Amino acid sequence: MSKKIKLSELGSLFNGMDVEALEGVTIEGDIELEMDASGGLNPQLAYMLGHETAQIAQHLINISRLMGYPVDQLFGSMAQATVPGVAKPHELLRSKFEVARMDEWKNPIQEVVLGATSADGGSRGRTITLGGENALPYYFDSPMPHRNYVTMDIFDMPIGMAKAVKVNYEDVIESPAEWAKKVVKDFNADMVTIHLISTDPNIKDTSAKEAAETVADVLQAVDVPIVIGGSGNPDKDPEVLEKAAEVAEGERVLLASASLNLDYERIAKAANQYGHVVLSWTQLEINAQKELNRKLMKQCGVKREDIIMDPTTAALGYGLDYAYTNMERIRLAGLNGDDELAFPMSSGTTNAWGARESWMVKSPLKEDSNWGPREYRGPIWEIVTGLALALAGNDLFMMMHPGAVAVLKEITQSLHGSLERDTVDISNWVTAEV
Amino acid sequence: MKINSPLEVYKYLPQTNCGDCGEATCMAFGSHVIDRSLKLEDCTPLLEDKYKKKYLELSELMAPEIREVTIGVGEYAVTVGGDDVMYRHQLTFFDQPGFALDVWDTMPEAELVERVTFIRDFKKFYVGRFLKLDMIAVRSTSGDPGKFRDAVSKVMENTELPLILCSLDPEVLKAGLEVAAERRPLLYAATKDNWQAVADLVLEYDVPTVLFAPDDLDTLKSLASTFLEMGRQDLILDPGTNPQGNMLRESFENFLKLRRAGIKEGQREVAFPLMSVPMTAYLTGGDAVSSSYWETVLATVFSVRYGDIMILHSIEPFALLPEMHIRDTIYTDPRTPVKVDSKVYEVGSPGKDSPVIVTTNFALTYYTVESDLASSGIDCYLLAADTDGLGVEAAVAGGQLTGQKINDEFKKVDFDFSEKTGHNTIILPGLGARLQGDLEDATGLNVLVGPQDSGQIPPWMEKNWPPGKKE
Repeated sequence: MSKKIKLSELGSLFNGMDVEALEGVTIEGDIELEMDASGGLNPQLAYMLGHETAQIAQHLINISRLMGYPVDQLFGSMAQATVPGVAKPHELLRSKFEVARMDEWKNPIQEVVLGATSADGGSRGRTITLGGENALPYYFDSPMPHRNYVTMDIFDMPIGMAKAVKVNYEDVIESPAEWAKKVVKDFNADMVTIHLISTDPNIKDTSAKEAAETVADVLQAVDVPIVIGGSGNPDKDPEVLEKAAEVAEGERVLLASASLNLDYERIAKAANQYGHVVLSWTQLEINAQKELNRKLMKQCGVKREDIIMDPTTAALGYGLDYAYTNMERIRLAGLNGDDELAFPMSSGTTNAWGARESWMVKSPLKEDSNWGPREYRGPIWEIVTGLALALAGNDLFMMMHPGAVAVLKEITQSLHGSLERDTVDISNWVTAEV
Repeated sequence: MKINSPLEVYKYLPQTNCGDCGEATCMAFGSHVIDRSLKLEDCTPLLEDKYKKKYLELSELMAPEIREVTIGVGEYAVTVGGDDVMYRHQLTFFDQPGFALDVWDTMPEAELVERVTFIRDFKKFYVGRFLKLDMIAVRSTSGDPGKFRDAVSKVMENTELPLILCSLDPEVLKAGLEVAAERRPLLYAATKDNWQAVADLVLEYDVPTVLFAPDDLDTLKSLASTFLEMGRQDLILDPGTNPQGNMLRESFENFLKLRRAGIKEGQREVAFPLMSVPMTAYLTGGDAVSSSYWETVLATVFSVRYGDIMILHSIEPFALLPEMHIRDTIYTDPRTPVKVDSKVYEVGSPGKDSPVIVTTNFALTYYTVESDLASSGIDCYLLAADTDGLGVEAAVAGGQLTGQKINDEFKKVDFDFSEKTGHNTIILPGLGARLQGDLEDATGLNVLVGPQDSGQIPPWMEKNWPPGKKE
């Protein structure tokens, strides 16, 4: 060789190659190998030593190559045959797999209870608890204390819906109470969200008082916890939600929502006064979420156990990448110690139906392959949108399609570990006749 | 990557600030190497003999934590793995999961050809490009080497997509390799029972292989250690994809554990791409639609959490479309700006009678509108107004898109309506309907409100264009 290698350099070069240990072998000056074979050479030991030696030889060759020495020319074709091949072990090199748990996740997510039974001054048949996580969803580091829940959307007036959704509700679309019963009884909804969209001055301008009566009807019709949503009109919503909160006093509903572009203080006060939970809604911006949560707590006196966040859901293909990462960052920040973000999350998964893939009969683009029947495309769009966010840390899902609800529950409960299903032999899936 | 600061990279560079890489300084180049927007090989002096040692050392240091494995050759080759982070916001994920759709050797030939052709040609336009499928997995359901060889040959006659040869019988794999080796197929799979014979094939044909140890990470790691000892680096690990219940939960955990061990703990024996087989959804005995749905669900779970390559069965568009979109969602580089330049674009060859349409500079919005127009052969001017990358609905709600703003945008690029058009008319997106009066006041032009979805522009044009047209 044209260059001398010092042993110290050799050590660092070996480091770079991830050599973990050279047991039973010492390397001395001038690169002599001395083997500790004093215990006699049984075949297995001889094999192991041969193996180690070959490995060292390979490393030395690599080092020579790093030095620019034309090793391959020297060995000619032999180098090709011997270096990568080394030797095929006669039996599997047994090793044990281990991995550590996350020790950074020290801050639990706040637990929040929705609904109140008669024991607590409400009339719900049961309560639902969200949050309490000590790890990302379904991670082995710490079991997720509560499963995901689905609240199904109903509206206080007939609205435009994708055909695949509409067929399920045509018989109840005129009656919020009947609609609520249907989603609970027939579609297994854990909760119901009544959207008071007719209160929007640009739609029907239904009065807050009238809207509150609708809320009362829904509370009568079903005994699951409920969410009350406004119309999204920032001027009207505070008034509407105040009245609704009053009529639902003691039921521990989720008021949707407080946001930075309306008078959130009125909504927070209504929640405090009548014993409800506030949905803190921001638009895909983690710092805005922190700000709003902080204002709700510090400025409006909302207690930690009365806050759920909606950091905004964008549909698959239409900004879900932002929604996903925003939620994942929020959840990680919470687990890592940011108390202003350590709250359960809710997703308006129904937004998936805004994606044209979910409702259009066919692609508007001639270049696209056939999109297939839309009645199957829509529900899976809602499922995949929700599932991605479930994996990011979302707890509660606002959804519309009964089939999508069933599948999302099946997968989230499977990952949660709360569903027993037959074990399937996957060892020979290759030959499956499907 | 073992190093993470530009300064550390700089130590290995020529430090001449020659500018050949396109950057002003070696330090600037170093920061691009760290964020992986430039490759070491973009520094041409570094490839000269005198820097060879530094180049090799730096290559080693810069190698991604998860090894990259390439399947196939030439322009269709698929590279998987390559990740350095656990969460996409920490940098970005690299090498989106390779999707292989299956065929099997007991299929009638005509069906096989039809299926391969479908898989080869399936595409969906999205943000300026097409989403497509990547590979064909050929399964031996016959167990017969001759039949397998014939099926592999037939697939190769009909597509250049890379292949995964699937059989646990080394004799069958060998028959496939005899016709497909030059295409550098992926072997599926070496197991605790057949690994020696599969190792012989891997060594003889120099191809990548999957190591399969269902529900047993000790055995999976043992297999990986053994193949590493033989000098094999092109390995992919399949810990098993159980389709349902608690066993699915266990499979999910295994993916988390392997990836954490590979990236966070630097355990080299398991720092390989992971394979998931959502196709196991079909082993649960459900009907075709349910199985297809469930396969999509599994593909979603493992696209989000660390699956680097997948074998899928359903070719229903309602399964393929969301699968391709969720992987794009997770693997889109969060560092890339999502805006197009704000200006007036010409779609087709617009003339004086062509419409002038307004949209925003959010890349997804712009490309959707642009492709809808181009696909329908509508010549027009299209303004991508600068809304800081917001879509129409959000920009109208947030005040980033106003009548005055749209007027300013046309002024900014000297777009003169009386010179360019004979109609003095602007078409607003349906979701911006409320800007109509505002825009009329700001511009003094006629303002029409278009449809809410740009896919509906062609029928809208039929009814409403040229302006003044009455039904």
